[in-house]
Amino acid sequence: MAKQYDAGVKEYRDTYWTPDYAVQETDILACFKITPQDGVPREEVAAAVAAESSTGTWTTVWTDLLTDLDHYKGRCYAIEDVPGDDTCFYAFVAYPIDLFEEGSVVNILTSLVGNVFGFKALRALRLEDIRFPIAYVMTCNGPPQGIQQERDILNKYGRPLLGCTIKPKLGLSAKNYGRACYEGLRGGLDFTKDDENVNSQPFMRWRARFDFVMEAIHKAEAETGERKGHYLNVTAPTCDEMMKRAEYAKELGAPIIMHDYLTGGLTANTGLAQWCQDNGMLLHIHRAMHAVLDRNPHHGIHFRVLAKVLRLSGGDHLHSGTVVGKLEGDRDATLGWIDIMRDSFIKEDRSRGIFFDQDWGSMPGVIPVASGGIHVWHMPALVNIFGDDSCLQFGGGTLGHPWGNAAGAAANRVAVEACVEARNMGVELEKEGKDILQKAAKHSPELKIAMETWKEIKFEFDTVDKIDVAHK
Amino acid sequence: MSDVQDYGSNLSDAALSRKYETFSYLPALSTESTRAQIQYIVDKGWNPGIEHTEPENAISNYWYMWKLPMFGETDVDVILAELEACHKAHPDNHVRLLGFDNFAQSAGASMVIYRGVSV
Repeated sequence: MAKQYDAGVKEYRDTYWTPDYAVQETDILACFKITPQDGVPREEVAAAVAAESSTGTWTTVWTDLLTDLDHYKGRCYAIEDVPGDDTCFYAFVAYPIDLFEEGSVVNILTSLVGNVFGFKALRALRLEDIRFPIAYVMTCNGPPQGIQQERDILNKYGRPLLGCTIKPKLGLSAKNYGRACYEGLRGGLDFTKDDENVNSQPFMRWRARFDFVMEAIHKAEAETGERKGHYLNVTAPTCDEMMKRAEYAKELGAPIIMHDYLTGGLTANTGLAQWCQDNGMLLHIHRAMHAVLDRNPHHGIHFRVLAKVLRLSGGDHLHSGTVVGKLEGDRDATLGWIDIMRDSFIKEDRSRGIFFDQDWGSMPGVIPVASGGIHVWHMPALVNIFGDDSCLQFGGGTLGHPWGNAAGAAANRVAVEACVEARNMGVELEKEGKDILQKAAKHSPELKIAMETWKEIKFEFDTVDKIDVAHK
Repeated sequence: MSDVQDYGSNLSDAALSRKYETFSYLPALSTESTRAQIQYIVDKGWNPGIEHTEPENAISNYWYMWKLPMFGETDVDVILAELEACHKAHPDNHVRLLGFDNFAQSAGASMVIYRGVSV
C-alpha cells in the first residue's frame, strides 16, 4: 500500500538511521567524525548528517512521495566510539550510487561536505574517509599518464625522482628564474618546480617564464644527456586562461605542467587532467589550502579524502607531506595515504586511519611528492618511507648549497643514488643512513659540504592531527 | 669566494658531463655491489635484460637489445656472464642491466654496469 502524506517535522532517525542496512557493493560509503551539541542523541545527529548530505531536509514535504525515497536516501548504518576522545563519535553513511553524477567528484563533494557542515546540531564535523565503489571509479578519468607511463616518458627507473622548488618564491625576473632552473637541472635534478603562488605576476609574466625555463630544460638535457622537466604552473584566474597557458606549454614541448587543485578548483582540475591525457602531458598537482581543510582533528576533510578525490579528478603527482620535514604529517597516516595514491587495492587499516577497503581497479596511480624543509640528511629516511615511486623535492636543500644550485642538485642526486644502491644491497637505510652518506661523500665534494651545512637542522614539533588512538 | 667550488659540466666535454640515469652519479659499481644489484632484481621476481648503446645515443628509449630478456633466469653468475659477453662484443658502449617488472609493465631497475667511452 502506498504511503500517506503526513505534514510536520519528523525525527531524522525515523528515516535515516538504519542499523540493519546491508551495505551494497555499489554504495558510496563515508565515515564522518561527529562532535554533537550537548544533549543531542548520537543516532539522531548521525541520521541528520546522512539526511542533510543526501535527500533530506528539516521537514516532511509532499514531493517526497513522488519518488522512491528508500532508493535514493543516504543512510547512517553504524556508529562507533572514537578511541581516546569522548566528545565525538564516528558515523558511517551509505549513499546509493544513483545519487551522483558520473565522473564528478565535484558533485560528490557538494553533497557530502555541503550544507551539512554548517548544521546547527553539530559542534564540529569531519569527513574522515570515503569508499568510492569500483563502479564509480570507472566513470572517472583519473591520472592523465600514471606512474609507469611517466617513467617511460622521462626514462627514469629504479629510483625516486628528484625535484626542487625555485626560491625565492616570488620576485625573480623570468631570465633569472630560468637560470636557477638550469643550474639545478644540469646538476642532476629531474625536475624543477614553480612554487604554488607563481602564476603570472607583474615581475614575471607566465609566457616569459615558460620561454626561459624551456631553454633551461633543453640546455640541461643536452649537457647531461638525461631528460628533464619543470612544472610550469598553469593555475590561472579563469579556466580559459589556464587552458591558454597549458596549450603554450605543449607548443614549447614541455613534458609537464602544474595545477593547484584546491584553490584552482576541482572543475578546472578535472578538465585540465583530461586535456593532459589527450595531449600527452604530465600533470603535477599542488595542494595549497589543504591544511585549512584537513588539519583540525575535529572539523573539515581528512587529507586521505582529498587524495582520493585528486586521484579521481586527475593528476600524476600530488604533494603528500614528508613525515620528516618542516610540515605537519603523522608517519602512519602518511603511509596510509601514500598507498591510497599509488596502489590498486588498499585494505581497511585503522592503525593508518583507513576506514574502508578501496579498489581502484586499473586506474593509474599518483606519485607522492615529498617537499618542504628536507635536505640530504633526510635522504635515507625518505627513500625508506617513500620507495622508488615518489618525487623528493629539495628547495632550500638544493638552492641553499654553499656552492650554488648545480652543486646542491648533485649532492642530492649522489645521496639518493647511494641510498638506492645500499637499499638494493639489503642495508637498513634509517639505521645505516649516516654511514651510507659519509661513504658517498668521499667521492662527492658537493655532498660532503652539503652534509656539513645542514648537519644540525631538525624539525621536532609534535603533530597536531594524529591517528585516533586511546592516547589520553 | 675561494672556498666555492665550480660545478664544471658543459656541452663540449661529454666524458665529464653526460650522464646515463640511475647510479651514473656514483663511482662505477663494485663487483660486490653488482652481484647484490643482480640479486635484488632476481629477488623481486623481475626478468633480467641487457641492452647497450653508443654513449652519444644514450638518451634514446631504445638501446640495442642484447639477445632477449632472460626470462626466469635467477642465477647471478649466468647474468654476469651475459653482461660480460655483451661488453666484450661492444667494448666502447654503455651496457645496462634492467629488471623487467611484467606486472607494472615497467623496468623496476635499470643501471649501467659497463660504462662506455664518451667522445
